[in-house]
Parts: sequence; C-alpha cells; structure tokens
Amino acid sequence: MKKIIVLLMVVCMAVSLFSGLTFATAKPIGIVLSTLDNPFFVTLRDGAAARAKKLGCQLIVLDSQNDSAKESSNMEDLIQQKVGAILVNPVDSDAVVNAVKAANNAKIPVLTIDRTANGGSVVTHIASDNIAGGKMAGEYIVKLLKGKGKVVEIQGTPGASAARDRGKGFDGVIAKTPGIKIVAQQEAGFDRQKGLTVMENILQAQPVINAIFCQNDEMALGAIKAIQSAKRTGIIVVGFDATDDGVKAINAGLMTGTIAQQPAMIGSMGIDNAVNVMKGKKVPAAIPVALKLIIKTK
Amino acid sequence: MFNKQVLYKLRSLVGLVGLAIILTLLSPRFLTLANLTNVLRQTSLNAIIAVGMTFVILTGGIDLSVGSIFAFASAITAGMLIGGVNVVWAVAAGLVVGALSGAVNGLLITKGKVPAFICTLAMMTILRGATMVYTNGQPLSGLGDAFYFVGEGFIGIFPVPVIITVIVFAIGYYILSQYKIGRYIYALGGNEEAARLSGINTDFIKIMTYAISGLLAALSGIIIASRLNSAQPTAGVGSELDAIAAVVLGGTSLSGGQGGVVGTIIGALIIGVLNNGLNLLNVSPFYQLIAKGAVILLAILLDKKEN
Repeated sequence: MKKIIVLLMVVCMAVSLFSGLTFATAKPIGIVLSTLDNPFFVTLRDGAAARAKKLGCQLIVLDSQNDSAKESSNMEDLIQQKVGAILVNPVDSDAVVNAVKAANNAKIPVLTIDRTANGGSVVTHIASDNIAGGKMAGEYIVKLLKGKGKVVEIQGTPGASAARDRGKGFDGVIAKTPGIKIVAQQEAGFDRQKGLTVMENILQAQPVINAIFCQNDEMALGAIKAIQSAKRTGIIVVGFDATDDGVKAINAGLMTGTIAQQPAMIGSMGIDNAVNVMKGKKVPAAIPVALKLIIKTK
Repeated sequence: MFNKQVLYKLRSLVGLVGLAIILTLLSPRFLTLANLTNVLRQTSLNAIIAVGMTFVILTGGIDLSVGSIFAFASAITAGMLIGGVNVVWAVAAGLVVGALSGAVNGLLITKGKVPAFICTLAMMTILRGATMVYTNGQPLSGLGDAFYFVGEGFIGIFPVPVIITVIVFAIGYYILSQYKIGRYIYALGGNEEAARLSGINTDFIKIMTYAISGLLAALSGIIIASRLNSAQPTAGVGSELDAIAAVVLGGTSLSGGQGGVVGTIIGALIIGVLNNGLNLLNVSPFYQLIAKGAVILLAILLDKKEN
C-alpha cells in the first residue's frame, strides 16, 4: 500500500514537473491597464498586442476602468490563470500594492508600466524618459535658434519628478550651448492659468525673448495666450506631453513643437521585458522609453 | 478718523506702497504702465473671490470651496458655450451654479449645523469631483469669439476684468457700509448670540454671505475661462488660500466682525504685486514659496500685536 502511494506521488510529481516544463514558454502574459477610455492606453495596448503576436506569446488584456477594485479583481483573475508575468499600469500607486503582493505570493513576476506601485515586489518599471524628453526640447530650440538667443523656461510644480527630470534634460543642453542664455526660469505648477500669469510677468521683465520651453503643454498654452495678449511675435514655444489642445495649437501655427510620449513603444517594451523575465533573464530596475518631437505637419 | 479700522487699512496700504517702492528700486520694469495694467488684470481674479470671502469671514465663517466653485462654474459656462448656447445665458448659468453652490454651503452650515470649515472642505472635494465628471478630466476649449471680451477685452485703457473688479468692489463696499444687511453682517460676526437676540435673522444673513462668495468665485472662474479660451478641470486649486490671505492681509479679522473690502482689495494687490515682482526679478521658485509664506505670517503677527 505504502509503495503504491509513493509511486502515485512520484508519478504526480513527474507529471507536474513535465507539465511545468512544457508550459514554461507557452504561459500567457497578462496586462492590466488602468483604463481603455483614454487613447494613450489604447495605443499602449495595441503596441503590446502587436509585439506579443510577433513573439508568438499569448496576451490577456484586462481593463480596470479606472477603478482600483476592478483592478484588484483583474489581478486576481490573472493569478488564478497562472500567467507567466503580469504587466500592470496601476489606477493608483497605493491601491495596487495588495494585488502586487498577491502576485508575489503566487510567484508571478510583476512589471509596472507608466505608473509605479508604492509597495510589493516589482521586477521593473517601464515609463517615458523625461530627462531625454527635456534634452530633446533643448536640442530642438538650440537648432531653431542656431545656437544663439534668449530663452525662458517655465517649470512645473517644484519638486515633482516630471518637473525635475524635464528641467534636468533641458538645462543640460542649454548649459552646453554658450550662445544661449536662460533669461528667466519660473514655475507655473503645470497649470494653464499660472502659465498665463507667469508669462505675462516675464514678458514685462524681458524685452527680448527668442524661445520658451514649458515643461507641459498646459503651461505652454497659457504662455501663448500671454504672448498674444502682449502682441509679441516670433517667439518659439515648445511644450511637452502632446495633449489634444497642444497638438491643435501646433497645427494652428501657435505653438512650435511639443514632446510626445510613445505609448506603443511602452507597450512593446513591456512585452519584451516580460518575456525576458519569464526566461529568467535579468532586467534593469527601471526601463526608460524614448520620446518623440512633434512639429507641424503639412 | 483714527478708529481702529482706518488704522488697519492704513497699515496694509503702507505695506503695499513699501513693496511697490522696493520693486521699483530693484526692477526698472516694475513701474511701467504696461506692467501695472498687467498686475491689475492678474489681481482681479483673486480680488473678486476675496471680496466674497470677506463677506463670509466678516460673519466669522470661512469658505474653502471657492476654488472648486471657480472651476465648476467655468466648466459649466464653457460646456454651454461649446454646446452653442448664447454668451449671456452661458455666463448667467455659471453664475447661478456658483451662487447655488454657495447657498447650499450656507444651508448646511446654518440648518445642518455643520461647521463651516468642514462643510466647505467637503463641498470643495465634491465640486472638484463634479468638475472632473462634467469635463471628463479634459480641458474644454474653443469657446468662441463673443465670449473673449469678458476676459481679454479693454474699455479705454482698462482691461474688462479690472472694470468688473471695480464694480464688484463698489457694490461690496456699498452693501457693507450703507445697507442694513451690511450692519447685520458685522453684528453677526461680532457676537452671533446678541445679533440673534436683537431680532436679526442670522441664518438668512449667513446663507446670503456664502451665496455671494459662491457667486463671485463663479464670476472669477468665468473670467479666466474667457482669458484662456478654455475651462480647466484643475483650475483654481489652492485659490481659496490666496483669497483668505488677501482678506487677512487686508486686516479683516478671521474671528469676524472687523474689517472690510477696502483692506481686502489692498491685500489682493499685495499678493498680486508680490507674485509679479518675484517673477520680474526671476527669483528661484523655491525661495518664492518662502517669501510668500513669510509675508502672510508677518501680516498675521502684526495683526495679533494690534489686538
């Protein structure tokens, strides 16, 4: 009797081991997105789906509809389905922590995209590289001004990571260009109304301004209003984020350029890294995704 | 002539003039017609809200919901304009929404016995949420040319928002100093129990002041929507603090019963001139925060000393 039990156990273990081996590469990847109401995340999903198809792995897409409770049950579903890895774009960085921990307990690796989780164990975070974006804006302004001129920088909320990183990239480029001088550097809290007010004041102080870099489109749109109101012309305005209003202003010739995130690339890099993690490869703790300059198209 | 209120007013005026002199010395760009017009137009937004806030604070209350009413009313007006409603009706709707939100605050505070701080704090959150729902978190842009005049127009050399502010101030001043209801507001702030016992309908007066505060916050929100040709879902976050600061800098006592709109306008100008000056001088944003806080603290300290 004992022998039979032992034999059964051995068979069971062998089967489970065997099945584990065969399915190791075929396990699906789960992706939980905060919302699919926003075109940004739809594009991100499409990028991920295209990449997964190319690599021949199955992708399960779940939409949390901006609801943390829905997100937590989505994560639970993926854990029950024993997916190979979970890519999550949290609705809320704090609310997602318990779901991440549940995946940790089930030994399923978790990767965050676009928004971080404030707890649990996450293999890597994949998001846009704001430093590179600031640098890109700086280089574009330097190119348009042919390395010479007076520049204003309108910054986001003091201490916010996006403000810090975008500023760091931009300031680095300007510091290396001796012909360009930053004549004013003021904050407007990523807000359009404050962008208007601050730019009005700077326009009073500075009779000559050749270009402005605003750390988001909202402030850039406010600054453009101030420039129009003061009847000043010929000032280059570069924003950040490529919001709908921002792109409209570019096409109307009011704004010169903006820096856009590349959601499709974030999605496809998410899949690449999830596959690498499932194969047991080491991935860096943070993976920056490149940004893109948007200017007027004919 | 030398009663306490006049002294209060004089002190904030001295502060304003002092600040202006310092800025004139530090920046040749400060004392120009273009810049002064600019400062007045910028200050008008906060000044209008602060006049309403003065009414509330004079009764011993507080209104933290003005920033959210500001955003909500501008979103309502913008939504109607985009929907093709004519400018007059769209503006009227925004104003009515603002006044009603304020009246609800007043009702909850008087009939519901909810402390003003908590009630308006809750209203601030609720209306911010309502604005997000209404705008779907996106700016509402493209409000048409007819609406542009409200925020961007000029009458003579004066920007329209400045003229609106002057009218609001004049009406506020008139109500507080010439009307019975003005006396009642001071009486209520001075001693609520005594005011009630002497036959004043204190609940009605309070509801009125919150409705005025809501109405003026909405007016200010509509002006900024016009200036930006867009209503922002995040507009006015923190503007209740600027308005309260203007009231306090103007010498109105937070415990009610003392002060008035003259001081408030001066207080709003101090904040406006300070913001303008810090931008003109290109002071680091980190130090700006310290400077703004220090000015408010200094004013409160002087206020305490006086009492």
